[in-house]
Amino acid sequence: MAPEPEKPTSRLPEPDGLLLPHLFRVESRHRETADTFTLTMTPSGSGSEWPFAPGQFNMLTAFGIGEVPISISGDPAEPQRLIHTIRAVGAATRHLCKLGRGDLVGVRGPFGTAWPVKEAEGRDLVFVAGGLGLAPLRPAIYHALANRPAYGNIEIIYGARSPQDMLYFRELKGWRGRFDARVHVTVDAAPPEWRGRVGVVTKVIDLARFDPPHTVALMCGPGVMMRFTVQGLMARGVEPDNIYVSMERNMQCGLGLCGHCQLGPVFICKDGPVFPFSRIKDWFAKREV
Amino acid sequence: METIEATLAAHPFFQGMTPQHLAEIAACGRRVQFNADDFLCREDEEALDFYVIISGSVSVEIFSARRGPLTTTTVEEGEVLGWLWFEKPYHWHLDARARQVTRVVALGVEALKAKCEADRDLGYDLMKRYAHYLAVQFRVSKLQLVDMYGT
Repeated sequence: MAPEPEKPTSRLPEPDGLLLPHLFRVESRHRETADTFTLTMTPSGSGSEWPFAPGQFNMLTAFGIGEVPISISGDPAEPQRLIHTIRAVGAATRHLCKLGRGDLVGVRGPFGTAWPVKEAEGRDLVFVAGGLGLAPLRPAIYHALANRPAYGNIEIIYGARSPQDMLYFRELKGWRGRFDARVHVTVDAAPPEWRGRVGVVTKVIDLARFDPPHTVALMCGPGVMMRFTVQGLMARGVEPDNIYVSMERNMQCGLGLCGHCQLGPVFICKDGPVFPFSRIKDWFAKREV
Repeated sequence: METIEATLAAHPFFQGMTPQHLAEIAACGRRVQFNADDFLCREDEEALDFYVIISGSVSVEIFSARRGPLTTTTVEEGEVLGWLWFEKPYHWHLDARARQVTRVVALGVEALKAKCEADRDLGYDLMKRYAHYLAVQFRVSKLQLVDMYGT
């Protein structure tokens, strides 16, 4: 008897994390501010961990709507949980912010360069975050606090528009309650009941305690804030090689292929998002790019 | 108790000032303690003092009839308070209120101006420090105006 002709089979390709997303399931959603939410997710299929380095980002797929680059904001020591803090500003992020427990999210990554937390050992560490910029810095803060003896002074400077716009409020209080790190929080405007500082982040730079020649500064926030913060740090004597900034703009493919995130000679998604300031200083404040 | 001169010498605003100039300025000063919610100054009042904040925290407020007091900035230990005491009509433009027990050295503006007139070196030194302070305040105010965190 003649053998049965082989049936053509169609198999879905295995997700590789680069071009095909892995599936993750939302475990919880926490409201940070009026328009910003933190999703905690776990892998839905094979694999139980998602190792990443502080500062890296993932491309998150809102199925049927689109894909967006979002920094990983969880603890690198807990790769079994993937945590992203997302502000609802467009169609895909609005959809992601509405997801609830059990919903699926596509994840490609992790992509990009990391904060130099290893290289910074033995130095003072200054974190400067503005608004949503605290999210990509949080993994580096977790790492530094978990390895506290490896660093000198740790200063965490955080600015937000108002007390209602602050991320990770409880966590900031927890860090402030430690005796081995200093936390400076400031807001641009506040109602009378606010007991904290009012003023811009750059004003707080002068109050931070660090030894400039032996300091590494990690910074993420709005462009204007970063520009003036860099000036403030350099005025205090921190070298441009020791100032690191996370540039998160226009990333679309995550692989350096589409060119949307090009900043002069670099692609933010592939060569960044974390750069030493000295590497991008010529392009940092250029208005045309 | 520490002399006012020594207190001023340790304050960032007066860092590096000569002992002679510090002594002249200290002669215009007196120590004052404000309790929480005490006003250091009120809008439209005559500006009689220039405050050197030694400890505590002060909120600088604009009063809005509809929204109540709005904090525009806070002034903390190591800073100074008093914007336009060199300019007529020597009136405060804003309210400043202690947010907790706050200790200051209050420098009498009239005496200070007289010292500056009599000793131009002192006047120039003080004006340089004051100009730097104002430049920083203007820069900070501009950054606040642009709403950096707007999406």
